[in-house]
This record gives sequence, C-alpha cells and structure tokens, in this order.
Amino acid sequence: MKTLVEVQNLKKNYGDKQAVKSISFKINENEILGLLGPNGSGKTTTIGMMLGLLKPTSGEILVEGDKIEENRIKILQKINFISPYIELPKKLTVKQNLIVFGKLYKIKNLNDRIDYLTSKLRLSDILNRITGELSSGQKNRASLAKSLINNPKVLLLDEPTASLDPEIGDFIRSFLEDYKKEKKISILLASHNMNEVTRLCKSILMMKDGIIVDSGSPANLIEKHGRKNLEEVFLKLSRSPNEHN
Amino acid sequence: MYGLFLRHFYLITRSFPRILDLIYWPSIQITLWGFISNFFASHTTYYNNAVGVILTCAILYDFLFRTSIGFNMLFLEEIWSRNFTNLFIAPMKISEILISLIFTALVRALIGLIPAVLLTSPLFGISILELGIYLFFLFLSLYIFGITLGILVSAGLLRFGPSFENIAWSTMFLLAPFGCIYYPIEILPDIFQKIAYMLPLVYIFEEARNILINNTVDISNLIQAYMLNMFYIIISITLFFYSFNKARDKGTLINIGE
Repeated sequence: MKTLVEVQNLKKNYGDKQAVKSISFKINENEILGLLGPNGSGKTTTIGMMLGLLKPTSGEILVEGDKIEENRIKILQKINFISPYIELPKKLTVKQNLIVFGKLYKIKNLNDRIDYLTSKLRLSDILNRITGELSSGQKNRASLAKSLINNPKVLLLDEPTASLDPEIGDFIRSFLEDYKKEKKISILLASHNMNEVTRLCKSILMMKDGIIVDSGSPANLIEKHGRKNLEEVFLKLSRSPNEHN
Repeated sequence: MYGLFLRHFYLITRSFPRILDLIYWPSIQITLWGFISNFFASHTTYYNNAVGVILTCAILYDFLFRTSIGFNMLFLEEIWSRNFTNLFIAPMKISEILISLIFTALVRALIGLIPAVLLTSPLFGISILELGIYLFFLFLSLYIFGITLGILVSAGLLRFGPSFENIAWSTMFLLAPFGCIYYPIEILPDIFQKIAYMLPLVYIFEEARNILINNTVDISNLIQAYMLNMFYIIISITLFFYSFNKARDKGTLINIGE
C-alpha cells in the first residue's frame, strides 16, 4: 500500500515545554488513521506541523515524498483541514465561500466541483444562505465542502462531528467512509468520540504527553489492554503513569 | 457588582496593550489639539488666502487613515470570523497574501474617498482637485505610508495575536501630532520636529499646503516623502515575514484562530 504521509522523529518545543517528543508514523493511501489522546497530549500541535502552521523543532513531515518545510505551497495544494475551532467567513453565503476557497486553491472547473460537493453533502438548498445564519450541522457540512474543494489527497480532521446531533454525525461519518473509498484519500482523524474512531479507523495512534504511547487497530488495542471497548482503553492509557517519560 | 468589576479588572491588568490603550488616547488627543490650538492662537492669518486648506488636509489624512485601518480590518476580519487558519493553510505565498490585501485596501479606501471628494464641492465650494496632477503623487505617497502602517500592525497581530488589536486602531492617532497635518512643522518643539522629519507625512502635508497657499511646487518634498516611504515599506515587509516565521515557531497561527 502506498504511503502518502510520513512523519519522522517529529519534535516541537515551546521554550522549555516539549509539546511533541519525537513521534513517527505513516498514513497510507485509502486509510483513515485515528489520532487519540487527552487534551494537551500534542494532537493539535502535530496537526499544526502537518499543515505548515507550526515549525517543527526537529524531524520531518513528508507528503508524497516532499518535505513540508521545503515545499509548503506544493503540499498545501494536496492537503486540507477541518476543525470546529475554525469557521468559514460568516457574512458570505455558502456558495461565495466555496468560490473564494476554490479560487485560493486555483481549482479548475470550480462550478462542477461545487455542484458535486453540494449534492454529496446535502448543501444544495442552503447554497445561497448566509453562512453565519446556518445551524451547526449545516455549517459543519459547509466547512467539510470547503475542506474537500481542492480534492485533497490528505484530509486532516480535528473533531469533525463535535457538537453535532446523532443524525448529522452519522451522515458525516458515512460520507467520509464513502468519500475515502471513492477517492482513495488518506485521512488523519483526531477525535474524542470513541465510537466514531472504532467505526472509521483501521488503525489508531494513542498520544499522551507528546508521545505515541500505543498504536494498533481498535480491536487489537481492546484485546491487548483487556478492556470492553476503546473508551476504556483510552481511559486506562490516559490515567496510567507515562512509562516513556 | 464587585464580580463584574473584577471581570474587567482582570482583563485590563492581564494585557499590557489594554493598559497602554487607556493611557494613550487622552495623551494623544491633548497633544494633537494642543498643537492645533497653539498654532491658530499665534498664526491667525495663515489660512486667510486658502480657505480649503484645512478641508483638503482633512481629506488627505482621512485617505491615509482609511488605507491603514482598511488593511488592518482585512486582517482582523479573518481573526474575528475564525477564518485565519483557513487562510494560512491555503496554498498562497505570504507575498501573495500581502499583495491581495494591499490591493483590497486601496479599493476600500477609494470607496470612502470618492464620495468625500465629491461632497466638498457642493457643500463648501472647495475642490481638492485644485492640487492638480500633484494630488495623484500626494495620494500615492499617503497610500504607500498607510499600507506600511497596515503591514506593521498586521505583523504585530501575527506575532502577538489579537491582544495587539488595540494598537491597530491607534497607530494613526499616534502619528497625527507628528504628521503636521493641520499646522506647519515649526509649531512643534525641537525634539518633536526631529521625530516628525523622520516621517513622510510632514513632507506630504507641507507640500499640500505649499501648493494651495503659495501656488508653487517644491518637488524635493515629494522626493523626500517617497524615499522615506520606500525605506519604511521595506522595513515593514521584512518585519511581516519575520513575524510570520516567529508565529510559526510560537504557535500563534494556530491559537489566533481559536
């Protein structure tokens, strides 16, 4: 299986504080890799470095063999991101937002791309509505459309279904499964929803205090730690003293 | 009541820019209007032959103000709408972001300027167009300086985050007393004159008054203004790139959007 993203010995220090302590992992084509860990474990910092928003203290991030520090613009063409902490400009309509980001990503046949995404994400009826006036679920789908506007090979998702009702959450998860299957993209999913991670991810990284404390498939981790489900594994790893420190 | 007082007290005392903001506005207002009053008290006949000078200078200063604030607003809009991260993960070079903001700031400033220019004639019988072809060079010089200030403030926002926002609103007022917008530089104390001569504003407004009052053109004022403009814009762009790199190092680009 082709590796799309390779993270090698990645470190990030903020002064004396080590936020990420030499982590390495790969994301393969057509794979959803789960990134779990308690708040402050280094997930967002890792994602920030993968997006070029943060400069690693040391280590490398390669996307299709290109180092992000040397090929930032080229890599950003192939990558995108969604998080509940960032939003689309509120005063623009959904369509205007998609046009703006389509232009920023220099998308050819932008109208076709917008038509495709709006039909897949059930946005057709709200395309001309002001983004700031939409419900959480509608905003979330609009943001997801923006994150797919450039047909990314790598999609970074930070809590993609946080604060959504079960129906919309389920719709987003089904959409992501189908989209990954259709486009064979790589997805890194940071989430605190263990059911979501169990359903979507074949493989998981568990982070704590800036290091990867365990990894494997959800079933393997549950069996290895002798727990009933992934949530219990998460609690066990979060609460246990870090042997790597 | 005490709880609500504490809520704002903690906010103020935790942020140096907020404290500075409280001290700064009264000081600037008193300084600016002090110099204006002083000048009019001792030079009552200065503007007798050019009624529109004050209004023309006010329009020129407003253009500078709108350009600078307009640039900052474009940046702040992205922070307020939590779209900042989306912008910086788009495949755009920093130079491309700067160029697009510089152009958009011009369009914003012109939208404000054109009605103001058109209104002065029917309302006050004054036309700023009396400055002739030199009006273009004065506006261009003000535009470059407005953009320079906008880039400097945006560099501060990148480096220090939204707490730098208050500075964004106040840069123009800080420079107003030194800019000699409504009075000649001679009215300033010597030490202030030295500072004023380091700014292109003095040369721009001196020249505007010279054209309107004396009907002569001193091209050296324009050259001096452009040379200073080039110097400051190079510094501001360099600082912007430095701040971007620092922000990537310190994590401001992630935290600023949250």
